[in-house]
Amino acid sequence: MAKIGVYVCHCGGNISDIVDVDEVARFASKLPDVTVVRSISHMCSENGQRTIMDDIEEHNLDRVVVAACSPQFQGSTFEKTLAKAGLNPNMVEMANIREQSAWSHYGKPEDATEKAKILTSMAVERIRKKEPVERISMKIGKNALVIGGGIAGIQASLDLANAGIDVYLVEKEPTIGGHMAQLSRTFPTEDCASCILAPKMADAAEHPNVHLMTYSEILEVSGSIGNFKVRIMKKPRYVDENKCTACRECEKVCPVNVPDEFNLGMTARKAIYLPSSTAVPHAHVIDKDACLGLNPLVCGRCAEVCEADAINYDDTPLYVNLEVDTIIVTTGFDIFNAELKPQYGYGKYRNVITSLQMERIIVEMAEGRPPRPVGKDIAFIQCVGSRDAQVGNLYCSRICCMYATKLASLLKRADPSSEVYVFYTDLRAYGKGFEEYYRTAQEIGVNFIRGRPGELMEDAETKKVIIKVEDTLTRKIIERKFDLVVLSVGMIPSPGTIKIAEMLKLPRSSDGFIKEAHPKFRPVDTPVEGIFVAGTAQGPKDIPDTVAQASAAAARAMTFMNKGEFEMNPIKAVINGEMCNGCGICAEHCPVDAIQVKGVAEINPPLCKGCGACISFCPRDAIDLRIYSDDEIMAEIEAALKDKREDEKRILIFADDMCTYTLADSVGTAKREYPPNTYLIRVPSSSRVTPKMMLKTFEMGADGIFLGECEEAVSPYPNTLDVIDENIKKVRTVLSRAGIAPERVNYSPFVTVMLPKFVNTINKMVEIVNKYGNIPEEKRRKLSAVEVMQ
Amino acid sequence: MKIKKFPYYPGCTLKQTAKNFEKSAMGTANYLGIELKELPRWNCCGAVFSLTSDDVMHQVAAIRNLIRVQEMNDSGMLDNEYHLVVLCSMCFNVLKRANIFVTKDAETLFKINEFMDEEPDYEGTVEITHFLEILRDFMGFEKIKEKVVQSLYGLKVSAYYGCTLLRPREIGIDDPEAPTIMEELIASLGATPIDNHYKSLCCGSYHTVGKDKDIVARRTYKIIEGARENGADIIITSCPLCAFNLDNRQKLSKKIYPDFQYMPVLYFTQLMALAFGKEEEAGFEGNYIDPYPVLEKRDLIHNLKVR
Amino acid sequence: MTKVMQIDEKNVNFLKKVEELSGEKITLCEQCGICTTSCPMVDEMDFTPAGIMRAVQIGDETIIESKAIWVCASCFSCTVRCPRGIDLSKVTEALRQLTLRKNVDHIDLKEVKKEKLPAIAVVSALRKFTG
Repeated sequence: MAKIGVYVCHCGGNISDIVDVDEVARFASKLPDVTVVRSISHMCSENGQRTIMDDIEEHNLDRVVVAACSPQFQGSTFEKTLAKAGLNPNMVEMANIREQSAWSHYGKPEDATEKAKILTSMAVERIRKKEPVERISMKIGKNALVIGGGIAGIQASLDLANAGIDVYLVEKEPTIGGHMAQLSRTFPTEDCASCILAPKMADAAEHPNVHLMTYSEILEVSGSIGNFKVRIMKKPRYVDENKCTACRECEKVCPVNVPDEFNLGMTARKAIYLPSSTAVPHAHVIDKDACLGLNPLVCGRCAEVCEADAINYDDTPLYVNLEVDTIIVTTGFDIFNAELKPQYGYGKYRNVITSLQMERIIVEMAEGRPPRPVGKDIAFIQCVGSRDAQVGNLYCSRICCMYATKLASLLKRADPSSEVYVFYTDLRAYGKGFEEYYRTAQEIGVNFIRGRPGELMEDAETKKVIIKVEDTLTRKIIERKFDLVVLSVGMIPSPGTIKIAEMLKLPRSSDGFIKEAHPKFRPVDTPVEGIFVAGTAQGPKDIPDTVAQASAAAARAMTFMNKGEFEMNPIKAVINGEMCNGCGICAEHCPVDAIQVKGVAEINPPLCKGCGACISFCPRDAIDLRIYSDDEIMAEIEAALKDKREDEKRILIFADDMCTYTLADSVGTAKREYPPNTYLIRVPSSSRVTPKMMLKTFEMGADGIFLGECEEAVSPYPNTLDVIDENIKKVRTVLSRAGIAPERVNYSPFVTVMLPKFVNTINKMVEIVNKYGNIPEEKRRKLSAVEVMQ
Repeated sequence: MKIKKFPYYPGCTLKQTAKNFEKSAMGTANYLGIELKELPRWNCCGAVFSLTSDDVMHQVAAIRNLIRVQEMNDSGMLDNEYHLVVLCSMCFNVLKRANIFVTKDAETLFKINEFMDEEPDYEGTVEITHFLEILRDFMGFEKIKEKVVQSLYGLKVSAYYGCTLLRPREIGIDDPEAPTIMEELIASLGATPIDNHYKSLCCGSYHTVGKDKDIVARRTYKIIEGARENGADIIITSCPLCAFNLDNRQKLSKKIYPDFQYMPVLYFTQLMALAFGKEEEAGFEGNYIDPYPVLEKRDLIHNLKVR
Repeated sequence: MTKVMQIDEKNVNFLKKVEELSGEKITLCEQCGICTTSCPMVDEMDFTPAGIMRAVQIGDETIIESKAIWVCASCFSCTVRCPRGIDLSKVTEALRQLTLRKNVDHIDLKEVKKEKLPAIAVVSALRKFTG
């Protein structure tokens, strides 16, 4: 027998001005298992909380209902109150009679009061069925994996290492540094990129807490936060990085020449090569595909001259198994392949190059070895591969306006007699110091033309590139020949980013980059707990933003690792082992692969997100959801429909916590009215509402049902909208067969800002229900007998 | 040689000023084991795809032809073959765009079938296929190479695609920015494909009618000079309007640019006929600028009787 | 002397009318000018393709009197290059239709009879230049 205390809050008039709180209190006192009822001005105040604690002690209450504001508003306050009083914090339920009654139905105080009574009754019935739930904690250690050794990975590794975390930094190239190491100067300060990067690279390599693995690839990742199992392959270098002194004698004798990828094919390297002059580790590596055979019988000249005896043709891959607690993905970007725009002649005209090639030219020029002539008339064409529906990249790559301004400025200052043009549509100089830098570029005479050419032509004799473009500001078509044209190529997710995203099951946004958990408040979390993302893997950005994200990701990872213990979200699916026959249908439908079948189905709690999608598919009703169990929800539904008058129509709305419930609260807070015969039932995800549940709801007297869920883009659960769609279809089929209008059940995705959409949707639902009237009793009774097709 | 039967849509012009296009195509197809069965009761496709959002009426002319393909299959004239082969690039463009337009959703298909109440319903099964696609995808250029009797070695051929074969992207038989299908054909026949920056620059199209025909003549000049710059002997095309504009309008180009030199313009099927030793079916008598001097120079003409 | 153009509902209505008839979202045009230098007929035009789009965007109805919209050969070069994915050929067609649908033809049929022309040329010219 439960002992429930019910507390009706006046909320300083916010509730009591509209809702007759004393009537609600009287009503509550007649509900089953209710021991104490109080009507108090401010429940959340010190006084209010003390009253609850005193009552718990005096009357031996074991559970509490607070009819007040939204549980999203003060829910955690009362959980703490119960914990202080020695009860399981789970055992409190809030009836939302402020945002979802007093405020949203302020024009109809009688209806608001009636609804407040029903909401209170729903809370009481639910709390009667509630089981105390123990929080699940797991141990979490201090090992982190950072995938990708560019500036983002290096920064994140250093931050973690300095905080005492053991970091495994895995990079697939033979050197760390990423694309930043290829750059000349960085905007807007014109710092030399490798100059500022080199000390960081050295720190990362030397830090006692950083275990650097270069020329290594991630093969497999399994497990979850606090318990990731990673399998890595260290590719054979054929050169011992600890013995090699980078004297470069081997290069002098190697007979093989191949294009140097660090210089984007503009210069050559040998089969045995130092990846770059700033490479870390500073050691050579043999490109086994270019080498004549890794065989002293075939060649072997490099080994002959190597005084450090560092070359080993018999080197083999090394497989490493790691256990880490958190993962940070910093796998970076690639530049857009300019060959996908043949109209610009890249690869065909010798005087058309990419911006990254221009970076290398400027660096090499400064060292006195220009890989190709630059000429006097140079043009930059913006937005190549970005903001372009024809190649499917609708996004802006963020850095190109600034890097073109920078490259143009460097060229103009190096040779003031040159003419440099930038052909743009918008010039985006949004960051700190950017607009000032752009102004300086204009001052020194860089020409900015607002217009982009449809195509480039080559002068057959001189090989100069002819640009014909509309200067959209004067509407004149202008033409000029250039010695060199630079395509300002955008950023695309690197092959590594795509591969790792797939391997770790990280969703990607519509632009192809890794999707952050929440676009505003969780920019470096991924939807997978324990895995974070930083840098250009998450989207195009410059170096300062990359470094900021890297430090943020490290801090987020440390938040979990420093506690030593990590408390999981208690909302998890649970399998009734006796009912389960191991058919595995649930495992097939779990969007995060949290279910394994070993005889019976087993949920892996750290992976389970608690969406409840699996429940709808189980043919034996063997799955339930902790905190939001079948019994609790059904009790709430029954209470919502009890004592319904004959002509009365009631609509139940299942609202997902993150979006729909929040939205409904916002609607109330904004004092927008909607019909009061609508009762919200809070669920973690509406995919938790099974077809059987919905049919039972109709059977119990509901005249309409609506499911609200987050839009895909902001949803913490993957694929739930598909599950909901399927469930609704199944219910509609049954309704049609029973002669009940299928439109009585519907669903919609919501985002928390769509206040008018919520009100319109509710109004439409009420209209439909009014149109069809009450469902006759005989039709209702037939519903539960129907077998729902799984 | 196994005979593969395809429904074939000729279009008005191939029966009129472009008879040599059809003649050379038929000869070539037969040689390759392809039978092009002309649609019974075909009608003019409309020449241009109607570009306004509210126009359902103008799609009817095109769709009627697709219903004929269905009938050919239903009556046994064809054995489950719904690839409608087209030679004229403009007809190809209109038919394919009309097909996509009416089948893009169930509502539009329903509407147009209702509009054409005296016709059987179009079921949306036809696929518009250009003859070049048949060569590339059904036969393969390797097979074409094997069937060459007289290699066109030494002949420098510039492909002219025009607009309607490649644009817009959803109907194009190749990448509009860097097409290669005609060059592959040219190479398989033994000739040397010559690039032309203006290979898909619009010839001026219907401006050839009326007072603005010098617009066409200026385009003709540009296109041919682009080919000549890179060393081309002849230009090949797949459209009777492009052929007219590039071929017949050269006289007008010469009026505007007195130093302009003529260059022969052939249909790609005429080139194939030559390479397959079917010179008599090539129909060179129908070309405005005489191709014989160039072909003879390359030692490709042997049947002087036809001349 | 710079002329001032009054902007009122007349302008918005013209834009809406052309958007509806063409089925294209003309407000998406970001005026990059790529269509202009992709157009093979631009040297014959009094307005550039981007200029035509701009005129419609600000609701300048006089654009339907331009020579440019009739010089357009519907070659779709602009269509395959527009980075916003706008089909300009549909916009110029809509602008032409605003005149043609008032039963004002843009071709003199006498011209058609003057020489032996391919059927496809005659049919397409008649389709494009008559209502």
